[in-house]
Amino acid sequence: MPKILIPSPLRKFTGNAAEVAVAGATVGEALKNLAEMHPELRTQIFTDEGKIRSFVNVYHNDEDIRFLDKEATAAADGDVVTLVPSIAGGAR
Amino acid sequence: MSTGTLTNEELQRYSRHLILPEVGLEGQLKLKDSKVLLVGTGGLGAPLALYLAAAGVGTIGLVDFDTVDSSNLQRQVIHGTSDIGRKKLDSAEDSIRELNPNVRVVRHEGALTSENALGIIADYDVVADGTDNFPTRYLVNDACVMLGKPNAYGSIFRFDGQASVFAHEDGPCYRCLYPEPPPPGLVPSCAEGGVLGVLPGVIGLIQATEVVKLLLGVGETLKGRLLLYDALNMRFRELKLRRNAECPVCGDNRTITKLIDYQEFCGMPKTNAPLESGEILPEDVNAMIARGDDFILIDVREPHEHQARNIPQARLIPLGTLPAQLGTIDGSKLIVVHCKAGMRSAKACTLLREKGFGNVLNVKGGIDAWKV
Repeated sequence: MPKILIPSPLRKFTGNAAEVAVAGATVGEALKNLAEMHPELRTQIFTDEGKIRSFVNVYHNDEDIRFLDKEATAAADGDVVTLVPSIAGGAR
Repeated sequence: MSTGTLTNEELQRYSRHLILPEVGLEGQLKLKDSKVLLVGTGGLGAPLALYLAAAGVGTIGLVDFDTVDSSNLQRQVIHGTSDIGRKKLDSAEDSIRELNPNVRVVRHEGALTSENALGIIADYDVVADGTDNFPTRYLVNDACVMLGKPNAYGSIFRFDGQASVFAHEDGPCYRCLYPEPPPPGLVPSCAEGGVLGVLPGVIGLIQATEVVKLLLGVGETLKGRLLLYDALNMRFRELKLRRNAECPVCGDNRTITKLIDYQEFCGMPKTNAPLESGEILPEDVNAMIARGDDFILIDVREPHEHQARNIPQARLIPLGTLPAQLGTIDGSKLIVVHCKAGMRSAKACTLLREKGFGNVLNVKGGIDAWKV
């Protein structure tokens, strides 16, 4: 099973879990399964049409899936899927 | 300002640099001739300014409009307790001078805007972005791309940090990573979500390291790489970044060739926009209070924000606790909701209306726009 790393802004939706192992042969399947396990995450990651939101970046190991096969990128056992949301903090 | 030489005092001060082959006299003179712009003198800007000044960067430009607040001191180490209430620019300038009087400090008082950004940034060699909001992040990025100035980027939230170098040579820019900002309100700011005090020290000094390397032209920068730092689990990870050929600002067919309205781009309400239905101006709420109108004023910010400044008539119900508090609110009365700038209170109004509260108004612009 691939492992999904959850950034801290989204951990409140995963019961504070920083890593979630989910079934799925592709990155897209793994994320859909993640959203099913943690329904509150769905709107954070997916649009109403089921597309990954444009301000959430998804990495398969160290590559952006936009430059691989997007949501169809194959995810094998032990692969790491990382969600990289926008954060803007710094000054205040 | 360049003299082409170092004084005896400088030779002594920078002696640990001078014996490094990668810096040496030539490198130290490069630093002395360099100009670095720090956007924001807060959590990230504080360590950046201190260490760049100590390292001997000749000119440091500071952009800030804010004053020092006691809640800043947990992480903004360039400011001290006796600086509370002073302009951050004054406080930061004093700290830099005390640390290294050889540094020329250039003050840019006010916010960076689409009108002034190109003029300000053009004078500098490298920019370090340490701001706290998406509109300014996109503004700094676009201006740096247009002017060809590298941007040492850092961003923090709670226990997480990100760092990279954007707009450098053929590398990607911030928009290649994040083509669009998240909708307002979805990603909380540090003021709402909190931040570990030592986190900006780590990320700010990664930015400072990249600035020094860019100025010296040594080593391998974070160009094309995004460094992720998880302080809670003490993990550093690195992801690959690529220039997006379709990027509207740095791609092959550029559609953004001049600075735009970044507030609008990020979906922020325009301060001079007409009132929408369900909104009320702060001055009208003042008038209602003065008249003794019978209504409920609710502040949906966090307790520490409420404590720092509040409208005395307002009842504090942080947004996250509102669903549990609905039973304690008298739905027969007019309910007026405010937050810092109007985003969280807009969510609160939506929730209240969904739960059947018939008469709900959102204070436009929040307490930031409120003059008492």
